[in-house]
Amino acid sequence: MILTAPVSGLGRVVLAALRGTGRMAIFAARGLFAMPDPREFLRQMVQIGWLSLPVVGLTALFTGAALALQMYSGGERFAAGDVMPAVVAIGMARELGPVLGGLMVAARVASSIAAEIGTMRVTEQIDALVTLSADPIRHLVTPRIWAAILAVPMLVGVGDVIGIMGGWIVGTQSLGFTSAAYINGSWSFLESWDVISGLLKGAVFGLIVALSGCWFGMNAGRGAAGVGRATKYAVVAAAVGIFAANFILTGIFFA
Amino acid sequence: MSPVLETRALTKSFGAQTVLAGVDLAVAPGESLVVIGQSGTGKSVLLKCILGLETPDAGQVLWQGAALTAARRPAFLDGFGMLFQGAALFDSLTVWQNVAFRLRARLGDRKARAVALEKLARVGLGPEVADLHPAALSGGMAKRAGLARAIATDPKVIFFDEPTTGLDPIRAARINALIRDIVTETGASAITITHDMTTVRCVGDRVAMLAGGRVWWQGDVSAMDAATEPHLHDFIRGIWRP
Repeated sequence: MILTAPVSGLGRVVLAALRGTGRMAIFAARGLFAMPDPREFLRQMVQIGWLSLPVVGLTALFTGAALALQMYSGGERFAAGDVMPAVVAIGMARELGPVLGGLMVAARVASSIAAEIGTMRVTEQIDALVTLSADPIRHLVTPRIWAAILAVPMLVGVGDVIGIMGGWIVGTQSLGFTSAAYINGSWSFLESWDVISGLLKGAVFGLIVALSGCWFGMNAGRGAAGVGRATKYAVVAAAVGIFAANFILTGIFFA
Repeated sequence: MSPVLETRALTKSFGAQTVLAGVDLAVAPGESLVVIGQSGTGKSVLLKCILGLETPDAGQVLWQGAALTAARRPAFLDGFGMLFQGAALFDSLTVWQNVAFRLRARLGDRKARAVALEKLARVGLGPEVADLHPAALSGGMAKRAGLARAIATDPKVIFFDEPTTGLDPIRAARINALIRDIVTETGASAITITHDMTTVRCVGDRVAMLAGGRVWWQGDVSAMDAATEPHLHDFIRGIWRP
């Protein structure tokens, strides 16, 4: 009995993890393949896409500017300061644009989705949807998932441009680049796959953000504490999911 | 008369805790059944099992004489209305959009709004509240808006979950009177879950007493006071036995 207890305990944990993974996979599949409520989809495009633009734009602007300073001073050590515009452009498009944009959307949107749906859960609004013959997945989950899948790549694209602009401001105002040289330096080494891979990452990060928010919101515990926990778990899961997915996608795209 | 809705030996447990231990209930067409019992005796779980929000471990829910399967549930819900304990109005929609939730796809916004205004008027709310969001309503107004949503499609079966909880006695009396009048007017069958004895006497034709996951007593409201069943006796008189 004493010898088997740890093994059975481990077994219970593994089985619970597998059960949870299975439930989440079914939830994700239902969320992805249901027909979204069009009004809610449009509302979510505004909420997730348009209203995230300021925070993603500012993040990209300062990241691009800081990256320009770092790359120029680092490059100067081996007389390669001139490649800074290309490094900023490639770094923003491939990595920093999607990852930081995804993280900012995770902070803003995963928390908001989890809190909204969690509150609906504890105030019986989701039960009310069921009694009104409305599928909560179709009305709440699918519109958010598809809005995030479409909106986050757009945010990443805009963030890439703003980030490069941040580098351009630093480069032309304090590092002695001419505007034409900076722009030419940015474009000359940037390939279309650099941009496309970043946008694809953005779509996957959008899925992760919306899915975490919806999953933890729909499974929120009772009361304010339950909603608070759901919000916290949604943001943490979305952030960790973004880092893990970024590693896997980078391996697939550039290995 | 054969029941419109019936539960047979309905059983539900959460882990080691048995909440429903074989509940048998039936509601005849046009009848108003009130389910009473202390907090935590499984009233809300019973409701969720009937609605399909929880899956019973054993037993059956029957609608119009046949098992209420997943395939039949959409048709059941089409003729069904429910007033939730906290009204459960959707925060992102205005009052009229809440009331007309099921009607908008069917009738279009203009006709659905007209029906919503008519139902709001029926529960004593004027057109000035139609474009407000639920956060702007008082508790009593939200309950009445919830009631308007419950009757928006002229349902054949209406559930009322703790309809007077959180209301002062005057507003509670108003909600009770509205429920009684609406059930009488529409001829719908009603199931009310409550622990408010004023509500029981005002809206009920028949009462079922739930305790320990089972129905301990059921009968006409008029026979309730004379009943000797200990759970019911103590509940009606508010007697606590340690």
